[in-house]
Amino acid sequence: MRTGTALRVGADVVVIHQVAESVDRFGARYLERVYTEHELRSCTGSPASRNASLAARFAAKEATIKVLRPRDHQPDWRSVEVRRDAGGWCTMALTGHAAALADQAGIDELAVSLTHEGDMAAAVVVALCHAEDETIDHGALPALDAFGRKN
Amino acid sequence: MDERIRTILREYGQLPLEVDKIGDDDDLYQAGMTSHASVNVMLALEDEFDIEFPEAMLAKGTFESVAAIRTALGELIGA
Repeated sequence: MRTGTALRVGADVVVIHQVAESVDRFGARYLERVYTEHELRSCTGSPASRNASLAARFAAKEATIKVLRPRDHQPDWRSVEVRRDAGGWCTMALTGHAAALADQAGIDELAVSLTHEGDMAAAVVVALCHAEDETIDHGALPALDAFGRKN
Repeated sequence: MDERIRTILREYGQLPLEVDKIGDDDDLYQAGMTSHASVNVMLALEDEFDIEFPEAMLAKGTFESVAAIRTALGELIGA
């Protein structure tokens, strides 16, 4: 059976001051329920800077879940982790149910981009899926000829 | 129980409409509740009812309506 490649894209925005309110209201319970130790270590600096980083990471988690397309049980927030490389860029790391969903979807690679401006943080996640032909939604990625025209 | 649930939704649901106008079975996500707001709703429900939602109940459906929340709380409080 032939195999093919497909892309999935997820995006999300989070209001930074709402993250700040969650930190103020629920403290460690909020932080430890949603973010991994690595993520919490990565979000440092002033409270404003930390909250912006946390909001961007929440957006990345939600964007990743959109890519994973869970049908019922949603992955634990901490099973979708934003890993910050020493070089400054970020990657996604999945564990548990999130990793299982990625495996089922044939997702080999995830790429993430985080940003924040003013009171908004956002993330875009792109997944590269390798799957058998009948499992790929070709409608989402039309075949193009050498000139970029739809076949 | 319903009024306590609605009080929490009013305070933490970040809904763009009056909670009193939401029916028991209306979809809270379609009504405008974000995923981040649902985390706050979950934590506030835990405080209010002195419970903890296990990972198995973190499905989006658990918090999708007043009726669904009431059912989930009933399972946890009755456990």
